[in-house]
This record gives sequence, structure tokens and C-alpha cells, in this order.
Amino acid sequence: MILKRHKWAIFILLWFPPLVFLLLFYFYPLGSILKISLERSQHGLFSPFLDAFKSPITWRVLSFTLWQAILSTILTLCLGLPGAYLFAHYNFHGKSLLQALTSIPFLMPTMVVAVAFNALVGPSGWINLGLRQLLNLDRPPIQFTNTLAAILIAHVFFNTAIVLRMVGDYWSHLDPHLGQAAQMLGANRWQAIRRVILPVLSPAITAAALLVFIFDFTSFGVILILGGPRFATLEVEIYYQTISLFNLPLAAVLCLLQLGCTLGLTLVYSRLTKRLTIPLALKSHKITQRRLTTPRSKMLAGVLIAFLMTLLILPLAALAIRSVTRLERGFGQQMATSPTFTLDYYRELGTNHRESIFFSSPSTSIGISLGYALATTALALLLGFPAALALSRDADSPVNQGMDALLMLPLGTSAVTLGLGFIVALDKPPLDLRASWILIPLAHTLVAFPFVVRNLAPALRSIQPRVRQAASVLGASPISILRYMDIPLVGRAVLVAGAFAFTISLGEFGATSLIARPEFPTVPVAIYRLISRPGELNYGQALALSTILMLIACAAMLFVDRLRIGEFGEF
Amino acid sequence: MSTLAINDIQKSFGRTKALQGISVNMDEGEIVALLGPSGCGKSTLLSIIAGLVPQDKGDILWNGISLRETPPHLREFGLMFQDFALFPHMSVYANVAFGLKMAHMDPVSIDQRVNEMLRLVGLPDFSKRDVNTLSGGEQQRIALARALAPHPRLLMLDEPLGSLDRNMRERLVIDLKRILHQMHQMAIYVTHDQEEAFSIADRIIVINAGRVEQVGSPKDIYSDPATIFVARFLEMTNIIPGVILNRDGICQAITPLGNFPLETALEGNIYLLIRPDMARLDDSNPIVLRGIFKEVTFRGSNQRVSLMVNQYPLIFEFNSQVALPSSGTEIIISLDPHSAMKVFPNQ
Repeated sequence: MILKRHKWAIFILLWFPPLVFLLLFYFYPLGSILKISLERSQHGLFSPFLDAFKSPITWRVLSFTLWQAILSTILTLCLGLPGAYLFAHYNFHGKSLLQALTSIPFLMPTMVVAVAFNALVGPSGWINLGLRQLLNLDRPPIQFTNTLAAILIAHVFFNTAIVLRMVGDYWSHLDPHLGQAAQMLGANRWQAIRRVILPVLSPAITAAALLVFIFDFTSFGVILILGGPRFATLEVEIYYQTISLFNLPLAAVLCLLQLGCTLGLTLVYSRLTKRLTIPLALKSHKITQRRLTTPRSKMLAGVLIAFLMTLLILPLAALAIRSVTRLERGFGQQMATSPTFTLDYYRELGTNHRESIFFSSPSTSIGISLGYALATTALALLLGFPAALALSRDADSPVNQGMDALLMLPLGTSAVTLGLGFIVALDKPPLDLRASWILIPLAHTLVAFPFVVRNLAPALRSIQPRVRQAASVLGASPISILRYMDIPLVGRAVLVAGAFAFTISLGEFGATSLIARPEFPTVPVAIYRLISRPGELNYGQALALSTILMLIACAAMLFVDRLRIGEFGEF
Repeated sequence: MSTLAINDIQKSFGRTKALQGISVNMDEGEIVALLGPSGCGKSTLLSIIAGLVPQDKGDILWNGISLRETPPHLREFGLMFQDFALFPHMSVYANVAFGLKMAHMDPVSIDQRVNEMLRLVGLPDFSKRDVNTLSGGEQQRIALARALAPHPRLLMLDEPLGSLDRNMRERLVIDLKRILHQMHQMAIYVTHDQEEAFSIADRIIVINAGRVEQVGSPKDIYSDPATIFVARFLEMTNIIPGVILNRDGICQAITPLGNFPLETALEGNIYLLIRPDMARLDDSNPIVLRGIFKEVTFRGSNQRVSLMVNQYPLIFEFNSQVALPSSGTEIIISLDPHSAMKVFPNQ
């Protein structure tokens, strides 16, 4: 058995890398930018705070941020939970493809999503085009962009994958006897779900809901592009104040406000999960999953799948199709007519015109993004695994709870502020990283590695302590236990976490747009630049690049699903 | 008096025929054991009776009324799982009270019943305990209390002692029997352990590969196994192939152990069962076998003797006090064909 002394040593060893990382690349840059911002205030250190809290803008922005996030989260759960049930309990043809496809929206940069929705329901999108032709209208009948509905639907589009995967995965291993026992004791289907299944699932549901809420709370691109000038969350307001109005003191206060809210949420989360950690006997998929048999279940599954596909896949399909379609505009005609198939946009990606805003052709951004993504994945796993291990061993200790909250901070911090902080802080030796390629992976890792921890900690926690004790008694050192027990047993969780880190890095835009060097753009930055320029060719290239990014992400997710390492049944 | 009728239940999973026409009738207060090896279909039958899985053919009738359209939660049947399936997010009290809550009982009555059940299973102070901290035996008792609390018309137990150690099993099976009889509870007890089945059941149904091999009281089954399968399952291993020849009304059994007269209606190829518990270590019975004594296994109340007759291995049980010759020497066994032998057909 491990002595108390060794226990502390291991503890410190595990937390050391993530802690150092956070100190250097989160607290230090953030502190720098806040210091600079508040130094600039004209009337003393605390006046920005007072001004901000007296201004009605602050409260309006805060309340909008909160309730749009709450609404989005509820809607996401409404679609995600039935979907998680379907994926957890049933096997059907094309299931893994469907799972991969429904995960893709989460990884899409906002740019791509805006373009995709535009290609589907925008003024010259497929639906409006079709309706105008059908009903002979002058104007597009459906107004989608610049509405609250656009924001909510885009949020659901993005985050349903989190619920589907986190809850679906956990649910798929739940002992079916629990529900059956409830039925034999007189509970009908709904009562069994409400009183037994859902409470037992609540750690996973709460974790997923909290993550969804945080993403919605700090949402930036969606509000900016799909919501338009009428709507502003904290992050958007920070962006305006920083970039457009140069009101750094106010931006700093808002950033702290956002941070405070995120910290509060994480503390609530830690409290909740402490009460809810239940060691579950996990069963393999062979026991818990079956084929769809009754006509009723087939019909319900069909409806749900149709709904999922419509919301989650149709915009992406519209994007892909639009990327190979040229709409010819006839002379003097308002409406575009006769679409034709073309691969021109893809061909253009490989060429570099002399007057191009790039120093190289847009297609090189793909290689750049992939490189950054691989570096991010390695870093995020290296940092995230020890943290997840520490968290799983003693979830109740106050130190662990504190660290847990710390880890979530980067997710809740303004990406704009972080990007600025990187530029401002990391320009002096020994941390002069301005010229280094590692700057972007570091920024991406900040966002990715908390997610890795969130994914790995539950999996590690679910390993019965007996298994580790048995290994220890048989002579395994703590390192051997790690190698032969923890790692194989959570192999799949590691792969899933790694895949998420990879795709988060591919799609990150907020901080990257500030940090990336012009000659080394990532794919989202390249798309943004192409879209900002007028012209069908530029727009088409943006579509083509977006489609390529979408395909890479799809491949990553399919890879994860096919590779079932460490499945409980095989063990 | 209530009755349960299981009529000709058939169930297939793909091409595998799990149940091939099982029929059983049960009366109120009866404890029936479904005994059979793993994979013989007994758990499937329980799921069908519970309504969790639909049957392909056949019906379940309670007091003559079909339960085909009745969903599991309305059948008023109880089910106890082998892995207990206690609700991990509820206390012991909440677990036991669950069925009562579903039946809309008032809180005062629920309280009374829960405490009564906990006393019944011998864990009266366990109300506030967290189920995840209970030992195997304690979990089993709580699972029993939970299943019994709503006074189900029928209680089904699916290998309830499977995950417990031997001492615990032997103690608990006695407690179980006492509790079930005390509550006059109709129960179906599924197990692969013949000793458990014998201890607890009023009637035993031996099942093999989805078919009923024999139905009877424990005593009847033990003293007169109906098929070779049942005999083998009861660990009666002295099963010898042979032939019955009928000459002028006198039957002669031709076996590797020797030839001897036998009264039987069967002819041709047969299996001969020699019971291990009805032999004498002398030549006082009509049929005498001479063999070489191999070894003895002491089993507390009796001893198991292995010997070879004409190179054929046989096993017999004798009282522990009986003196045995030394290993490798000749041993004489005599049998009374009426009590010690049974003939089975061999197709």
C-alpha cells in the first residue's frame, strides 16, 4: 500500500505539469493584459469597476448572456437526451456513420457554420431559392440571419454533440437491470426513467449541461455573425470595447465579470458532482444494446434520426453541395438561375495569385492547421492525463476541487483577451515566443486540455479501486499500475479526448485570429479572410475550404468510433 | 386460491430455440425451482413471465386470465436479480420503499411496511445506509426486502445466491425458505445448483435446452430420475451402456460389468443407471460386482469410493464409518436391482 508521504508526492507530481502550464500561459498573460488595461484608467484603479457597474449596458449584456445560454442549453438537452437514449440502447445500420456525422457540428468554426446556414436558409440559400421558384416570389420569404432564432438554433447545432457523446456513452454502459427492477416494482416506462435512470445518469447529464452552458455563455462568433448588431453577449461586448472602441478598462472589467461567472458555475459543478459520484457497475455493449425490433420503436427512431439529420447534417450538406455549385446570374435578373456543377473553387485553392492576400496558396493552410492540431493533441493529452488521474483518485479533497475549478477557467475566459494577453505578455525572454510556431498550439491547448480532463476523469473514476489494489498486491508499482491498468482501461476515453483536442484545435478562431502570423494562417483564419473579400470566387473558395475542414473532422470522428480499444466487454 | 399457468411457452432468438414449449402450473404458496445448467433457458423464461420479453408462442395466465397485454409494471410480479440491481442513488429505505411508492401507499403505511421487511430479512437498523457500502449478503437481503415489500402475487428469484460464498449461501437459503413460507409467497426459484433447489423447493422442474426433463418433488426426483440428463445432473455418474435381451419372458441385461437378469419393459439398447447410494460392501444383495478399489474421498457425512469393475469406473457412497480395503485390492459390491438400478432407453 502507498504511504501517506508517497501519496502526497504523487499528488504533487500529477498536478505539477498542468499547474505550471496554467501559470505560464494563462495567469501570466491574463494578468498582464488586466494590469495594462487598468493602468490606463484615468481616474484611479477602481473607477472602471464603478463605471461599469453603474452603466445599464453591463447589466443588459450580462442578462442577455445568461438567459440566451440557459435557453440554448435547455433546447440542446431536449434534442440531445432522446438522441443519447437512441445511441445508447440500439444498434442499427449506419449507426457509427451517423454518430460521426452528428459530432461534426461541434468542431466547426463559427465561420463555417455561418456560411453553412447561409447556404441553406440565407437570402440566396437553397430553401429560399426553392420557395421563390415554387411560389413565384420577388423576395426571399424566410428571414433567418440577425434573429434570436438563428443564435439558438446555431447553439443547438454546435453543442448537441456534447450531450450525445457524454451522456450517450455513459448511458450505453448502464446496467439494464436497474430499469427492469423499477418496472417490476410497479413503475411504468416514464417513471422508471424519471426516478431511476435519470438520477443515476445525472453526473453525466450535469457535466454535459454545464459544458454546453459554458460554451453558450462564452459564445462569440455565433452572436457576432448570425445574431448581428442587435445582440451582444459579454464576449462580443469585450470584443467591441477592445478592438473598436479601445476602451480597455471597461473590457478588462467585463472580462473579470465573465471570469467570475464561470468560476461560480464551476464551483457549483464541483459541489454537485461530489454528491453524485456513484461507483457504477458498468456493463459492456453486448448486454446493453439491441437491434430495433418493434414497428413502433422503428418509427420513433426514424423520426428522431430524421430530426437529428435535418438540423445537424442538412446545413453541412448544403455547404458541401454549394461548394461545387456555380449559380449563374442572368443579365438584369434578381434571382440566380441554373446552377451548374463545378470544381473551380477547389482548383483555386491550390493557386496563389500575385495579388493574393496570402503569401502562399490557401491550401497550405490545411497543412499548417494539421500540424498545429497534432501538437495541440500531444500537449493536451500530456497535461490532461495526469490532471484527470489526480482528480479521479480523491474527488472529495478540497485541493482537488480547487484544481478542478482552476482547470475550467480557460474555457470561460474571453478568447479575445487571451489572444491579446499572449501578444502582450509573451514577448520578453525567457518566454519570448512571438516568433515561435508553438504559440498557437499553446493557445489551443488552453482551450482543449480542460476538455480532455473532463472526458478522462469520469472514465478513470469508474475504474473500481479493487482493480488497482489487486494489481498493487501482485507487486505492481504505481507506474506499472498506470501502464497496465489505467491506460488500457481508459484507452478509448483517451482516444476520444485526443480526437476532441485535435478537432478543437482545427476549428479554433477567436484567439488564433489575433495571434496567427499572416504568412502562416490556419484554415479558419483563411476562410475568414476569403469571406471578407467580395466576389463569387473568394466566397466559393471559402466554401471549398470549409468543406475540406468538415471532411477532416468527419474522418477524425469516424476513426475514434471504429477503434474500440478497451471496450469493457473485451476486458 | 390463486393459480399461475404457464402454457407451452416458445421463444427463439434468431435461429437459436431458447424455449421449446414449457408448461407449468403453480398454486398459491408454492415454491417451484427451475433447475438446469447455464444457458438452458431458465432466465429467459423468467423474463417472459415478468413481461420484460415477449414470447413467440404460448401464454401466461393468472387465475385463468391471459397476461399477454399486461405490461411488466402492472403484473404485480416481483423479480430479484442475480446482481441485485439495487438503485445506487437511493438509500436502503428508499430502495425498499420504491415499490410501495409506485403503488401510491401513504407514507405512514410505507414506513411500517419497510421496517417490517427490514426486520424480516434481519437488517432492522439499515434504513439510512448507503447501498453501495453493503456487503454481498446484505445486498441480497435488501434486494429480497425490496422485492417482497409490495407483496407481489408471484416472486421470481434469478440465481439469487449465485454471487455469494458457500457458507453464506447455505445460511441464506434456509432463511429464504423460512421467509417465503412465512409470507405464504408463491415463488419461482431459478438455479443451476441442485442442492439449493432441493433445499428450498416444494417442486422442481428440471430444464435442459429449453425443454422440461422432469417435474416432481425433490425427493421424487432424487429417488427416481426420469431421464439420463436428470441423473447426470444429480451427479449420478454410474451410467453404463448395455443391451436388454428378452428370452421367453425373461429379460437379461448385457453390460460391460457383466450379465444379469433385470425386470424391465424396455428392450434393445439401453443405459443402465446404478445409484451410488444403494450399494452394500458385502455380497448380501442379489447382484454382486467384483472390482478393484481405487481411492476414497472423504466428504464429512459420507465417503465417496471410486473403483473399477472390468476396467469400468464406478463411484459409490458409503457411510463414513464403514471400513474400506487398501487401495489396489479387490472390493465386493452388491446391489438390489429393484432399488439400486434403473433402465433408460438409448436411441
